[in-house]
Amino acid sequence: MLRMRIFMTGVGGQGTLLASRVLGEAALAAGFTPLLSETHGMAQRGGVVTSTVILGDLKSPIISPGEADIVLAFEALEALRALEFCHAHTLMLANTAVIPPYPVAVGQVSYPPVGDMLAVVAGQVGGLLAFDASALARQAGSPLAVNMVLLGALAATDTLPVSAEDLKQVIRDKTNPRFVDANLTAFDLGAAAARDPENWHRRPAA
Amino acid sequence: MSELLAGQPGERRLFLGNEAIARAALEAGVALAACYPGTPSSEIGDRLYEVSRTGRLVFEYSTNEKVALEVAAGASAAGWRALASMKHVGVNVAADALMTLAYVGVKGGLVLVSADDPSLFSSQNEQDNRLYARFAGIPMLEPESPQEAKDMTLAAFALSEELGLPVMLRTTTRVNHTRGVVSLGELAPPPPPGRFVKDPFSLVMVPAVARQAHARLLAKQERARALAESSPFNRLLGSGPLGVVASGVAAAYVADALLELGLQDRVTFLRLGFTYPLPEDLIARFLSRVDKVLVVEELEPYLEDALKALAQSRGLTVPIRGKGEGLFSRLYEFHPGLVRRVLAEFCQMPHEAPQPLPAAAELLGRPLPERPPILCPGCPHRAMYYAIKIALRDLGVEGVFPTDIGCYTLGLLPPLSMADYLICMGSSITTACGLSRASGQKVVAFIGDSTFFHGGLTGLANAVHNRHDLLLVILDNGTTAMTGHQPHPGVTLTPPDYPGQPVDLAAVVRGLGVTQFWRVNPLKYKESLAAAKEAVAAQGVRVLLAQSPCPLYVARLKGKRPTARFQISGDCGECRHCLEYLGCPAMYVTEAESRRQLLIDPDLCAGCAFCVQLCDHIRPAKRGKS
Ligand code: SF4
Ligand code: SF4
Repeated sequence: MLRMRIFMTGVGGQGTLLASRVLGEAALAAGFTPLLSETHGMAQRGGVVTSTVILGDLKSPIISPGEADIVLAFEALEALRALEFCHAHTLMLANTAVIPPYPVAVGQVSYPPVGDMLAVVAGQVGGLLAFDASALARQAGSPLAVNMVLLGALAATDTLPVSAEDLKQVIRDKTNPRFVDANLTAFDLGAAAARDPENWHRRPAA
Repeated sequence: MSELLAGQPGERRLFLGNEAIARAALEAGVALAACYPGTPSSEIGDRLYEVSRTGRLVFEYSTNEKVALEVAAGASAAGWRALASMKHVGVNVAADALMTLAYVGVKGGLVLVSADDPSLFSSQNEQDNRLYARFAGIPMLEPESPQEAKDMTLAAFALSEELGLPVMLRTTTRVNHTRGVVSLGELAPPPPPGRFVKDPFSLVMVPAVARQAHARLLAKQERARALAESSPFNRLLGSGPLGVVASGVAAAYVADALLELGLQDRVTFLRLGFTYPLPEDLIARFLSRVDKVLVVEELEPYLEDALKALAQSRGLTVPIRGKGEGLFSRLYEFHPGLVRRVLAEFCQMPHEAPQPLPAAAELLGRPLPERPPILCPGCPHRAMYYAIKIALRDLGVEGVFPTDIGCYTLGLLPPLSMADYLICMGSSITTACGLSRASGQKVVAFIGDSTFFHGGLTGLANAVHNRHDLLLVILDNGTTAMTGHQPHPGVTLTPPDYPGQPVDLAAVVRGLGVTQFWRVNPLKYKESLAAAKEAVAAQGVRVLLAQSPCPLYVARLKGKRPTARFQISGDCGECRHCLEYLGCPAMYVTEAESRRQLLIDPDLCAGCAFCVQLCDHIRPAKRGKS
């Protein structure tokens, strides 16, 4: 039986909660009984926000360290931080764009080079798909649509039990009508990025 | 229309635990709900507020949790079904009312939701409120999932009416903020007006009446225990020789662990959901059937202690373990892997823990930068903190800063470092009284507007009356920002059609006897610095009211952010004053051509125009440049 644990991580305001919601709604429409959890509260003011989507016959809404099958990281440093939740076969999708944390912005510490961080992740997980999702979101006309870019990319990896069309239907039905067009464009740009071999730092073993 | 009213009975929806509770209340025909917002409970109130605007129920954001519970109690006394929701520490505020309400009893079903926060995601402690149900002597239900939160809310209303007692629905963050599949039932029709029937000799708790009422409460507890025995929320699953007991979300972790370890045949699983009073006969049957018992519960050993006491009183010697060395901790929330590991060891099952990858910092060869939460760019609290900092510096005195609960608590972090002492809602003022009296130091206390109405009024009256010496800065951002921008009595900028009558905060402060009073817009630096200097230098109780709305709230109401943006010109002298004193997160330093350059991120800058008043190198950005 299918059991899949998906972990999303990003910075407050990036829309990880909406991404997990869209995925959960699509899974529900496809006949699954998904379970989602969210972090709220103080973390939203520029801190880390995480959410989970659990598919399969499981009752636990959260993911323990080392148990995420898929990770969607909305920011480069948070991709590396999420390694704690990965195992050797995890598929990680990472945005390479940088949001400097406050201690970096004021020069107290420096931000690790993105290339180094990706190399570390690529050396550990089963697959790493990394590209500048923020640039694609801007290209789609909505800088906030990083979440849709990553969902589109995830759909294109064919690892999900729900189809890209299922996800798009939820985007049409449940996201802010003002942004639906930009969201769908972002989704397609993400899907195209997943098909570009250049963006794969390590292919998941078949 | 509110999402909670949509959908046909039998339909399956993906609801947050909090939404499931709100929906269940509507299916139960709740006629009045009251809350004070607090994570992780806030969405219960927010959803019911939305629905209340269709006229289906009466809803209020109360000034604090005691008020919310008392308002609900009044409605219930008149026969209405009522709900009061709050976070765990809110029950401390409501506890005075709760203890005696259990004596008074209820007429219409009354459900008290206590949302506990193991791991302190957004709280000042991680108290286990199951102890409150036992303390007050009221029935308690503990759901493990959104669907069960809905089922138990419905059951709680019925149980409350059957026993004439308030019922506690005790959730945890992981249930409140889990989104799961919930099936919809029929919505109840709007209730008819209630009617209060006088019965002072059982409803007015003078000693002679309360003596009887206490005896009645004990008798009701006995009846409640009998109901717990047959409750569908208390179940014995399986029949193996190893006993496992769990409640709340821990029961979900146990269910997954049994499945994944293939242990179902070896374990008898006692899943408890109606957890006060406990079903003693069911537990005794369970204890006499198994060889040893593991109790899986977050936080306090509430079930474990009860099981041990019960085993002793019934002469059962089966070993019962739960908290302790190599077992479960009394700290923090659990997670599935942890429960699986402890369970496997307890059952002596070979078990493969997932292979953890090496730590990221090790692989990278350096620590990962932290990402602390911080006051937003453009937040007026930062501007006020800055002015106080400069005022103290210029006057050459050190300030001591008792603070309170809200966004502004984040002023704790450097570079602001404007928080020295904090206990609970309203404690800034009262602890300031003691601190200044004892130390003679210059004490500047901070409190938000919502918090001031919640717990500050009595403290300020005390400070005035007892002639204390403190400067109270009320950081009035016009909303309850931390929990999602809920209104409170002081709000003037409200969502369309919000029915609340605004209460003038300044008039309240003066009405409490404060004669030294300043009101500033903290984003106007000259003015706020001048006022801050006068206020800091003065003696006695003084209040400085800093009024400027939360920019996130304004953006939400107006649907857009302001457009003015700022930049730093190339000849910035690198004094770093703005970074080291103000710390707006839109500002950052880069190393360009071996020269450090300070810049403002146009995407992050909220355009508050505060920094531009501090430094000549900061200028409005040219049009089209952002
Ligand atoms: S939400 Fe509003 S009040 Fe809170 S930190 Fe942000 S700007 Fe300030
Ligand atoms: S104007 Fe200055 S202080 Fe205000 S948000 Fe922009 S950079 Fe920060």
